[in-house]
Amino acid sequence: MPPKDAAAVTPTFTPPLIRGSEATYNTPPAPNSRQPWMDPFFKNLTRFFAFFVFSILVAILVSLLIHSELTLRKFGFGFLFDPEWNPVTEEFGALVPIYGTLVSSAIAMIIGIPVSFGIALFLTELSPTWLKRPLGTAIELLAAIPSIIYGMWGLFVFAPLFGEYVQPLLIASVGGVPLIGALFKGPPLGIGMLTAGIILAIMVIPFITAVMRDVFELVPPMLKESAYGLGATTWEVVWKVVLPFTKIGVVGGVMLGLGRALGETMAVTFVIGNAHRLSLSLLAPGNSIASALANEFTEAVGDRYSSALIELGLILFLITSIVLALSKLLLLQLSKQEGRKT
Amino acid sequence: MTSVCVQRFISAAALAFGMTATAASAGDITGAGATFPYPVYSKWAEAYKSKTGVGLNYQSIGSGGGIKQINAKTVDFGASDMPLEPAELDKGGLMQFPTVMGGVVPVYNLQGVKPGEIKLTGAVLADIYLGKIKKWNDPALVALNKGVKLPDMDITVVSRSDGSGTTFIFTNYLSKVSSEWKEKVGNSTAVKWPTGVNGKGNEGVASYVLRLAGSIGYVEYAYALQNKMAYVELQNKEGVFVKPEAKNFAAAAANADWAKAPGFYQILTDEPGKDSWPITGATFILMHKVQDKPENAKSVIKFFEWAYANGDKMALDLDYIPMPDGVVKMIDTEWKKIKDTSGKPVI
Repeated sequence: MPPKDAAAVTPTFTPPLIRGSEATYNTPPAPNSRQPWMDPFFKNLTRFFAFFVFSILVAILVSLLIHSELTLRKFGFGFLFDPEWNPVTEEFGALVPIYGTLVSSAIAMIIGIPVSFGIALFLTELSPTWLKRPLGTAIELLAAIPSIIYGMWGLFVFAPLFGEYVQPLLIASVGGVPLIGALFKGPPLGIGMLTAGIILAIMVIPFITAVMRDVFELVPPMLKESAYGLGATTWEVVWKVVLPFTKIGVVGGVMLGLGRALGETMAVTFVIGNAHRLSLSLLAPGNSIASALANEFTEAVGDRYSSALIELGLILFLITSIVLALSKLLLLQLSKQEGRKT
Repeated sequence: MTSVCVQRFISAAALAFGMTATAASAGDITGAGATFPYPVYSKWAEAYKSKTGVGLNYQSIGSGGGIKQINAKTVDFGASDMPLEPAELDKGGLMQFPTVMGGVVPVYNLQGVKPGEIKLTGAVLADIYLGKIKKWNDPALVALNKGVKLPDMDITVVSRSDGSGTTFIFTNYLSKVSSEWKEKVGNSTAVKWPTGVNGKGNEGVASYVLRLAGSIGYVEYAYALQNKMAYVELQNKEGVFVKPEAKNFAAAAANADWAKAPGFYQILTDEPGKDSWPITGATFILMHKVQDKPENAKSVIKFFEWAYANGDKMALDLDYIPMPDGVVKMIDTEWKKIKDTSGKPVI
């Protein structure tokens, strides 16, 4: 006999409610019968914490804007491109600190990313098992050292050695090369932009390495073994299987390191030379936003001086936000390429 | 741990915390400001407290901070390395008086040259800091230092990166001896240095000079002494080359004309007198002329009165120079002018 109504008879398949699957997200949880106030209380408490953090962020931004209003209005956009910093005539410009922050962080990344990658690669693929844990712990200990210790070590140990042995070598060898040579001119002081960049690199390496190592270990062994089985070398496996799989984690780790490098204060203050002068040479002293603030904020006399310093803080805040936004964009692009997001 | 154990622990901790929290009692005087005199103020405070039981709570947040706080009346007195000009004092209703003095000493790092061997004049020092004299064997330096082997080395100029009373005194001197310096750079706690590297604090400058060969910097006398640095002999106003020593700082102070300076606005640079060290300066205390809390003002005045009478040796031990007696008498007269809101003198 033919069915009277196809829709009524056709069986519909309802999948079982698997805990943690998509279906459970949208269905409200069963109320707790023993203490019915607990669930709403917990929900509201966590909601409060989340909004609290957000509101602190907004409060910081607003207070930075309010306290730098004087120089925002006086100098406008020109503040970003003015190399002059004269507390006597009260002419201020952020170009030198911004340049210093960006260049020292760039040096830190250029040195730090390949080294971290190498360490993470060694720890996951190449090192013997007995070495993995001690080496991993040693890297994590590096991250635990306070930044002022790095600054002191940099000033008292690293800078003299750097200035006596490495810098003259750099000046003699690369200093003569036509274009790049301009980056390595000047007396071998030991302190300066390059030293600050190197110390920053040493500080960010543990962070980037830790994240990279963790994501490298998450690669399914099946993928790697399939590649090895097809005859790939270790390098090919890393470059073509591991890295594409862990792209997002790697970018996240790099951004973590970059965030630390941009904001680092004490280590940079000790070794960057604190000169409010723009120079192309990496061996010359410079200044960064964080170190200018640390040096000058307590003794800044006068409304315009304080306002200029707070505007520097606002600029650093914005630089870090922009870097974060760019990293999210990059991650989005990478995910799009994989077809996961549209 | 059982819950009884935890409760006992918490109550013991609360009791201990409560006891330490009463350390800052109501009779204490509060002050904030300059970092330069902090060691001597705390030494005086310790001795004063053991004698009278009144403590001093001094926060060395910097001269700028001290000025801000006394204007906001959050502290009983403010401390500043840079004296406020009479106009500024009147605007804030403040009076100021000096407590101790210090000298600013140019120091250098040259292999094979002993401390005190290098002689400089103010004009030459200004030219070095302007970047006009770039090498140690520049003719101007050689002319002043016959017999000293000056190497063909770049001069690395070291200055302060942070705002400071030491910088104020130093740039004040350079402005007096070099019109080019006065025009190009000027005189303030923080200036735009034409050349060189900058260190944070006297310690920063001292450590840079000690580490960079061929460098020259300026530090407070205490730092030059304690780090055994090579100092420069400067030519003073009379044309005599003097060493940076306590007696020469005191000579500079004694030769200053305090009576003619309202608000003790005296910057003791380039003072006359054949023994005077040309870069001397005092550090100042700021108080309101009309006091909302006359009892606090009285405590502050009593403290400093005691310090002037009994604190000289302590100051000298820490390499500060106490004020000459004549000046202390003048300060005493100024104190009598501090009144409370009803017009009655506080002491």
